[in-house]
Amino acid sequence: MTAISPPDTRAVGAAASSFPRRRIRADLRSERRAGWAMVAPAVLLLAAFLIVPVLLGFVLSFTNARLVSPEPVGFAGLDNFVRAFTADPTFVRSLLNTFCFAAVVVPVQAGFGLVLAILVNQKIRGAVAFRVIFFIPVVTSIVVVSILWKFMYQRDGLVNSFIDSITFGAWRGTAWLDNPSTALAAIIVLSVWQAVGFHMLIWLSGLQTIPEELYEAARIDGAGAWRQFRDVTWPCLRPTRVFVLITITIAALGLFVQVDVMTQGGPVDATSTLVYHAVRMGYHQQQIGYGSALSLVFFVLVLVVALVQRFLTRDKD
Amino acid sequence: MKRKSLSIIVAAGLSAALALGGCARASQDSAGAPGEITMWTHSAGNPGELAVYKQIIADFNASQHQYKIVQQNFPQGSYNDAITAAAAAHKLPCLLDMDGPVMPNWAWAGYLQPLGLPDSLINSLLPTTVGRYRNTVYSAGYWDAALSIFARRSVLDKNNIRIPTVDKPWTLDEFDAAVTTLKANGYATPLDLGAADTGEWWSYAYSPMLQSAGGDLINRGTMKSADGALNGPDAVTFFTWFQQAFTNKWADNSGPVGNQRFIDNKVALSYTGVWNAKDALAAVGGDLLILPPVDFGKGPKIGGGSWQWGISAGCPNADGARAYLKFSFQDSYLTAFADSQVVIPSTASAAAASKYFSDTGALHQFAVLSQKFALARPATPGYPVISSTFEKAAKDIMNGAEVKSTLDTAVQAIDTDIKSQNNYGF
Amino acid sequence: MAAHVVEAGERVLRRRRRVWIYLVLVGLAVFFLFPLVFMFVSSLKPDGQILSDLGGWRAFLPLGDISLRNYAGVFDRVPVGRFLLNSVIVTVAIVGAGLVVNSMAGFAISRLRWTGRGVVLSVVIATLIVPFETIAVPMVYWVSQLPTLVFQHGQVEYDFGWLDSYQVQIIPFIANGFSIFLFAQYFSTIPTAIDEAARIDGAGWFTIYRRIAVPLSGPAFATVAILTFLPAWNQYLWPSMVVQDENLRPVMVGMQYFFQDNTAWGEVMAYTSMITLPVLVVFLAFQRAFVSSVAASGVKG
Repeated sequence: MTAISPPDTRAVGAAASSFPRRRIRADLRSERRAGWAMVAPAVLLLAAFLIVPVLLGFVLSFTNARLVSPEPVGFAGLDNFVRAFTADPTFVRSLLNTFCFAAVVVPVQAGFGLVLAILVNQKIRGAVAFRVIFFIPVVTSIVVVSILWKFMYQRDGLVNSFIDSITFGAWRGTAWLDNPSTALAAIIVLSVWQAVGFHMLIWLSGLQTIPEELYEAARIDGAGAWRQFRDVTWPCLRPTRVFVLITITIAALGLFVQVDVMTQGGPVDATSTLVYHAVRMGYHQQQIGYGSALSLVFFVLVLVVALVQRFLTRDKD
Repeated sequence: MKRKSLSIIVAAGLSAALALGGCARASQDSAGAPGEITMWTHSAGNPGELAVYKQIIADFNASQHQYKIVQQNFPQGSYNDAITAAAAAHKLPCLLDMDGPVMPNWAWAGYLQPLGLPDSLINSLLPTTVGRYRNTVYSAGYWDAALSIFARRSVLDKNNIRIPTVDKPWTLDEFDAAVTTLKANGYATPLDLGAADTGEWWSYAYSPMLQSAGGDLINRGTMKSADGALNGPDAVTFFTWFQQAFTNKWADNSGPVGNQRFIDNKVALSYTGVWNAKDALAAVGGDLLILPPVDFGKGPKIGGGSWQWGISAGCPNADGARAYLKFSFQDSYLTAFADSQVVIPSTASAAAASKYFSDTGALHQFAVLSQKFALARPATPGYPVISSTFEKAAKDIMNGAEVKSTLDTAVQAIDTDIKSQNNYGF
Repeated sequence: MAAHVVEAGERVLRRRRRVWIYLVLVGLAVFFLFPLVFMFVSSLKPDGQILSDLGGWRAFLPLGDISLRNYAGVFDRVPVGRFLLNSVIVTVAIVGAGLVVNSMAGFAISRLRWTGRGVVLSVVIATLIVPFETIAVPMVYWVSQLPTLVFQHGQVEYDFGWLDSYQVQIIPFIANGFSIFLFAQYFSTIPTAIDEAARIDGAGWFTIYRRIAVPLSGPAFATVAILTFLPAWNQYLWPSMVVQDENLRPVMVGMQYFFQDNTAWGEVMAYTSMITLPVLVVFLAFQRAFVSSVAASGVKG
């Protein structure tokens, strides 16, 4: 995963070296100017509406600021961070849950998405219809979807009636969201179901760029379906892979809505996540200073994950 | 040195925002038409309630020419988001409604001014519909809600269960026996406690039970600590019972929120609010019983305090806002709210005129329960944290967490918060 | 003869394989489709029946008291037309402006050399990790202090505070790290020889972007359009914090109108059916452009 390294270093490098050396200075200057001019709107907007609020949050996280309070805001040093790691067991649990969730969702969702993409990429009648159907959960509001699945996960809900009918009553399901040992798994299933269509689409765009001739050549060499996948599809999907991994990882680490609607972090903290806990403390409990500190911890952790991923994928290159 | 410079940054970051906020507010106010008074409700999507407001506003605006009320409606689910944001941005409207227990938090923060309505008016209202913080009235409401246990007379009779009365409610032993009997006679889950709901419902519904058992959310004498109240022996006894109600499968937290399972006769007893009474009455008819809450030892208790109106501190037309509120507390309006929303009107005379709550009305019993058993939630600015902490602890216990240590953790969270805010001025 | 047999055998095999693929696809379709079926079927039922049907297969069948009453109810409760219009305005503006701003930035990052390029790229990618929920509160403080122009009494005046406007729903969401990243990645696959040739012909960088890079990047534009359309349409937390005027509210906030003391489930389902439909239509339109342009250009993604 090249989450941090520019995706285009080589391309730019190639562009640079292919220019004639005697290129005049003015040209370089105009390129620089054009670069800045074209990037400026995006940079200014990101600075104004992402970086400034993040910095405000950064400042707040070293204070005891409250959303609603007449008390003066004071500098709190590292108090908030100390509190998070020593006096807030829910935070530590949220940390574990978040990484557990991501560790399962990232490979499962990426793999399932790829399978779906390959299926709907077949030259068969109705492929577009299936494509649309698989994408439907993505366009349905996640709030509605969460409410619906909450009903289905009840003890006498649809999931259990389904299990009951396929196992002929041999296995009785639990109340999935109320059981600390199944609640996170239940949210994982729902989340994959909801978002996998999106990644199917991304994979599909990658699949469509692989020239048919490569497959033909492979077939002439006597390659079966698996070898075609391993030697043609997989290597050709490298850029897509990067994008899919980044989007899933980041979405997974930021898990919030499903938890907010379905479990509010329960039962007994089994589904509390970092973002959910930060919002609960910073917003519902009005401790914006502490909530900001939790968010800051979250940013740092995600950055670390990204760096580790980058390091690991670099070795493979 | 370093310390100082950092706090300067903090101060600059925050106070720049605040200072500019003052600026914006000034220009905003001067921009609005003179005499215009903005009013926010949480009632968007509730045509019955809005119709009454519309009528009041039209009547008020027509009754004089000095002020004009401009209404802005929000859906209940995002109302608090809007208020928090507006407060942060210093753009609160003149008139705003709020859920009763949140009021002290806002009064303490300086968002509200004393209500300033005539004593005669305030004294005519049900006590739980008046919001008092440190002996000052900051809010008042047109109605109150009340909880009760819904049951069917036929079901209780068939199972030889005594029908409790206001004077002789069920004791805990009696209640346990009744639920056990019902469970043995065809009700897989005999009791619906409403545990599928979330948010303020948890404190509203279950903290009165805790009080009935001898515990509380906080020591109300000092308002400085929850120690002993929320984790004392009485509280532990109550929450142990609460946990068992779920482990014994007397109740569960399956959705949906509402009273459908009682209407479908899948549960025999439903602990729910007056707002569900109309549908239940339509479905069950004369068989419906509105029973008093269970006496856990210290007498039955239910929660009081619903939505109430206040005036923001920065309101430039406070006199107009006050005139409007005074105008709006007419019995005919209160009755209209009560009959369209099925809530208990806050004056006796409005109740007498109500279709449901007059002495002969089908839901009169709710007015009795409210008068006899309703308790306000603690009037402390720390309430939002208390409530959110209570909800989490109660849910954890419901889901099997160890009772005493969960309550100790909750007490610690509440006390830490109180200390960090200099005891909220107590 | 032998060859014929082999061919026939292969055809049978291929047909069998196809049957299997269809079986799998249909199974998956059921798996992915049931919420929509549930949603739509429920939108035709009265509240009580929706809840009573929940536990079984009846939840997916239009049985019992079927009517369009819930749809009529939705219109009594929510100004649907106004909310849809607002969401269309906000979404089109975010997607449209976003395509321009982010593709230019992606172009500059992937194809031009300028000082600070590396830093900007790192910052852009770092912005991806910020979930909106974590900065919502500081963001409200911040936008409520931003200067804005107001038209009143026939002249332009200067005021503070962005609350309660279209711009506060649009402008913060135009620039998007994902989109920039995706564009940069896509542009970097277009052969650079094209730029060189155009430069020699005297074309400016902006012309190269507009005349060469953009037309070659249909799939990237389609992907980004879908990618940014969904969150823009589904905005909920932010508008409920910063939009006070009902006339400016988007559709997702309207959903809360149905969650009163007694949730009107039938109307919730009717309303969500109504607001999901436009998204499906947009997706259908874009997925066509997306697939065909990828195939046509033959450019590697």
